[in-house]
Amino acid sequence: MTDGKVIVVTSGKGGVGKTTSTAAIASALAKDGERVCAIDFDVGLRNLDLIMGAERRVVFDLVNVVRGEASIKQALVRDKKLDSLFLLPASQTRDKDALTEEGVSSVINELKMSFDWIICDSPAGIERGATLAMRYADAAIVVSNPEVSSVRDCDRIIGLLDAKTIVAENGGRMPKHLLVTRFDTERAKTGEMLAIDDMVDILSIPLLGVVPESKDVLKASNVGSPITIANENSAPARAYMEAVRRLRGEDIPVTIPEDRKGIFGKLFRGRAA
Amino acid sequence: MNLLSLFSKKDKSASVAKNRLQILLAHERTGSGPDAMLVSRLREDILEVIKKHIEIDPEAVKIEMDRDEEVTTLGIDIELPVKASEQA
Ligand SMILES: Nc1ncnc2c1ncn2[C@@H]1O[C@H](COP(=O)(O)OP(=O)(O)OP(=O)(O)O)[C@@H](O)[C@H]1O
Ligand SMILES: [Mg+2]
Repeated sequence: MTDGKVIVVTSGKGGVGKTTSTAAIASALAKDGERVCAIDFDVGLRNLDLIMGAERRVVFDLVNVVRGEASIKQALVRDKKLDSLFLLPASQTRDKDALTEEGVSSVINELKMSFDWIICDSPAGIERGATLAMRYADAAIVVSNPEVSSVRDCDRIIGLLDAKTIVAENGGRMPKHLLVTRFDTERAKTGEMLAIDDMVDILSIPLLGVVPESKDVLKASNVGSPITIANENSAPARAYMEAVRRLRGEDIPVTIPEDRKGIFGKLFRGRAA
Repeated sequence: MNLLSLFSKKDKSASVAKNRLQILLAHERTGSGPDAMLVSRLREDILEVIKKHIEIDPEAVKIEMDRDEEVTTLGIDIELPVKASEQA
């Protein structure tokens, strides 16, 4: 019997790339043959289904399961391309108290028996939805953009991870990984953006990866295919795949994306502008 | 997709996005209750029919739905126990 690892993808701040990262990481793991279940905790603002391209196949959701209206097996949506990837969608209800601690706990315990990885996509904020998404995690991926408000919110989330999770309440230490997304290679050069080293320094958690800002991410979300599947050679996909290797315990250095276009890129841009 | 769209400079992924959203929103505006109800009832009935012939775990029957512009398809996935055909 497997004992799946529960990972929460969280950030505090909205729109930094949690859902994009959840889909990319879950798919990359499944492509490696791992059995993966992604759970959308964003009750009322379901989105992971769209990013994973599963929206036409959603019938039941997490709230139906918690309320006993559907079994987990009936609610799981199987990925069209990867047999070992499943999605447990969020409910579109406006009732913010639809999820209970006991309900979520029993869903996660059941999933742990049949999956290697359970990836929980947290809603933004520090309210109930976010605390429930992290509560049963074994490790956390803290997503931040290289800008001050995002880093500040991550610091608050780190505080919650160290206080409001089962691991923390049992006196354990929650393993946390920093994933920097929407990293702009050009602005990094001119020093307009926070440097990666400084972010790691301030938050004092180890770096899992640096995902560059890229149009490929938008295209992938348009067609409903996670970036690690839609375009596996793109810079963001390579960054996510590297992050997944590190998540699986490989000890490899983090690649900081660079502006590869160099002088030719500049020449072309000059002409196009 | 037609031939012209292959050559147009406009990003094709944006029109895929529009199409996906239209299908999704048309469905969401009516709510997911009816689909869930239909799937639950069909599943109950299918289970009854199967149980007439063989013993089966209720969780072994799963209905998958796939909504498209014009048609919605249902997939019925039944995991038969080993030797089910001998029992029958
Ligand atoms: N590396 C990237 N390059 C370009 N755009 C990106 C990148 N990562 C995410 N985005 C875009 O940023 C926006 C927000 O991403 P996403 O929905 O994943 O964030 P989120 O943290 O889940 O948001 P919310 O807090 O609302 O749940 C989306 O439009 C997405 O396409
Ligand atoms: Mg999100």
